[in-house]
Amino acid sequence: MNPIQNLNKTFDNRIRLGIMSALMVNDDINFNDLKELLQITDGNLASHIKGLEDAGYIKVQKGFIGRKTNTTYAATKAGEKAFKQHIEALEQMINNSK
Amino acid sequence: MNISNQEHHQDLQHIKQMMERSSRFISLSGLSGITAGTCALVGAYFARNIIISSKDTELIDLNDKFYDTSSYGKISIVDFMGNKLFHIAIITFVAAFCLSFIFTYLRSKKTNTQLWGTTSRRLAFNVMIPMVVGGIYLFKLIQNGEYGVIAPGCLIFYGLSLINAAKYTLGEVKYLGYLQLILGVINLWFIGYGLYFWAIGFGVLHIIYGIFMWNKYERN
Repeated sequence: MNPIQNLNKTFDNRIRLGIMSALMVNDDINFNDLKELLQITDGNLASHIKGLEDAGYIKVQKGFIGRKTNTTYAATKAGEKAFKQHIEALEQMINNSK
Repeated sequence: MNISNQEHHQDLQHIKQMMERSSRFISLSGLSGITAGTCALVGAYFARNIIISSKDTELIDLNDKFYDTSSYGKISIVDFMGNKLFHIAIITFVAAFCLSFIFTYLRSKKTNTQLWGTTSRRLAFNVMIPMVVGGIYLFKLIQNGEYGVIAPGCLIFYGLSLINAAKYTLGEVKYLGYLQLILGVINLWFIGYGLYFWAIGFGVLHIIYGIFMWNKYERN
């Protein structure tokens, strides 16, 4: 089987790749920390988050710190699984071409 | 390597980098280690001079109180706070903290990370747990006049702090932690030489670690 089929189209973008990477190693991350990590604008980040949310790979938790809203994001089980498969596929492709 | 393959490789690099940056505070500068170590050596030098030159004043004072039956085994907090060695320790700690802070601040500008963000807060919290508990414990030992085990205690609790912190910053910190632990444990069998062990642990090891880290991450 050609491992290219295992590459996930949803992760075919550096920003979405970055969001998922960060969520794999953190229980949850809020919007501002993601923004600082990826160094992108609010709108840009929001649209990629929406994409991942629609795919069912991340879940949104809305909460409050005092009066300020604090929206955090976490990877879902499906998201973790899909992302691991994507990494494996990337590694496989590199190994195959050596 | 063909183009798509190169891209896959870069993707993996990117994933690794994002995982690191989002979970660890990576701006600890090696130069901070070198300055902290230098401060410790200078502090140890002054402390040694005081111990040698004033055997008949503060220290004996404390010992007199220690052997005085009315306050056997206890010293008051005021006596302790008035001790010159305690002043040196405080000045050394503050100087080391402020100077190393500067280099880490500069490093955070360079790596484009927040100095006081989620990762640094998490790091500070995890460093504090063994440090604060250790500090309280050692304070209690001083109150009971157990001076001999203070220096090894500092090294041991500091070592535990570093090992606990290693998951939240550059991983090499844990080796510094192991070395401090080993040094502290050895010191337990050489009570009375605490200042020398202290100088090796907080001084020499910090400097070696700092040079190593600077060389590895910051040289260019």
